[in-house]
Amino acid sequence: MSKLISEKTKEVFLGPLSKNNPITVQVLGICSALAVTSKLEPALVMGISVTIIVAFSNVIISLLRNTIPNRIRIIVQLVVVAALVTVVSEILKAYAYDVSVQLSVYIGLIITNCILMGRLEAFAMGNKPWESFVDGLGNGFGYAWILVAVAFVRELLGSGSLLGFKVIPQSVYDAGYMNNGLMMMPPMALIIVACIIWIHRARNKDLQEK
Amino acid sequence: MENIVSIFVKSIFVDNMIFAFFLGMCSYLAVSKNVKTSLGLGVAVIFVLVITLPINYLLEVHILKEGALAWIHPAFKSLDLSYLAFILFIAVIAAMTQLVEMAVEKFSPSLYASLGIFLPLIAVNCAIMGGSLFMQQRAFNNVGEATSYAMGSGVGWMLAIVGLAAIREKMEYSDVPAPLRGLGITFITVALMGLAFMCFSGLKI
Repeated sequence: MSKLISEKTKEVFLGPLSKNNPITVQVLGICSALAVTSKLEPALVMGISVTIIVAFSNVIISLLRNTIPNRIRIIVQLVVVAALVTVVSEILKAYAYDVSVQLSVYIGLIITNCILMGRLEAFAMGNKPWESFVDGLGNGFGYAWILVAVAFVRELLGSGSLLGFKVIPQSVYDAGYMNNGLMMMPPMALIIVACIIWIHRARNKDLQEK
Repeated sequence: MENIVSIFVKSIFVDNMIFAFFLGMCSYLAVSKNVKTSLGLGVAVIFVLVITLPINYLLEVHILKEGALAWIHPAFKSLDLSYLAFILFIAVIAAMTQLVEMAVEKFSPSLYASLGIFLPLIAVNCAIMGGSLFMQQRAFNNVGEATSYAMGSGVGWMLAIVGLAAIREKMEYSDVPAPLRGLGITFITVALMGLAFMCFSGLKI
């Protein structure tokens, strides 16, 4: 057991949650992160789907890493990822149809999510399956918490609810409070992510550029 | 014909790949440091989109859609292969990107050198895959409409990346708060550009 939670594995798992976060530091997977965050529920589902797909595609590619010819590795990686995404998309259609309609094309776009290609290229191609699995989980969670944080702010301020439940009482509305419609617009997602980056880098001075 | 023009204009301004759907953000943020490189990447994206989208459209209509295989034999009428769409689309895109990469390497080595790693990565550019998936969702009537959609979204993407690159070139000399430098301020710039582009959303053509 001691080998399963060695120092390195722990570092591999915890790094992506903050110091090496896929969105705010590695700048991977921005597209879907911004587009699905107008409500909390799709953001959660997206975060979970991406985590599962990154973890398992990391394991598969890591098992295959010594047999894949270098020249066609991108196509091999894409096919593995596309197969996993198809499975997840069919499962969502069967068990969570409403959410899969809300996510529309963005489930399919997990295939081209840079987090996947980035982790496969940078980690799974050169590491053992177990560590790759942990790396996938870490990056998936690092991605998911940013999504959930952005969606939390946008849904709370944009429609006054969380996960579809009203949380801002009617009396506040009666007093003249209004939902901020701008929060539901795409550009606000960018501003919120920028604020997260700002806070994050203000705390970790070594991440600042130039 | 009118339909084709309206799809073209709409996909540039109203349904802009970057500002309305955030597709192709990764290379958008990474390559937009100077105008020349971003122009090159923009052209490459248009090119790959215009090649892959009509091919994927034909695949969708004649092979994947429910009942599409009836032209082979009436017995195939109930067949629905649309769950294969992801794998088939990405295979077409990956193959076409490889082709474009070889062509660029042969005819324009300087562009090839400046695009560097991002040319093979066009295969995983969400804008290309997203174009194909939106095409599937919107169910265009013919190849012409699909091609004009591809052209329009490509031009819209290029417009966005060249605009951002121009702003970032000027921003080099500004005094930005240290934690926002680089990535942070770029996000805010894109957001402001997105807000500006929202004025097109009422456009009716």
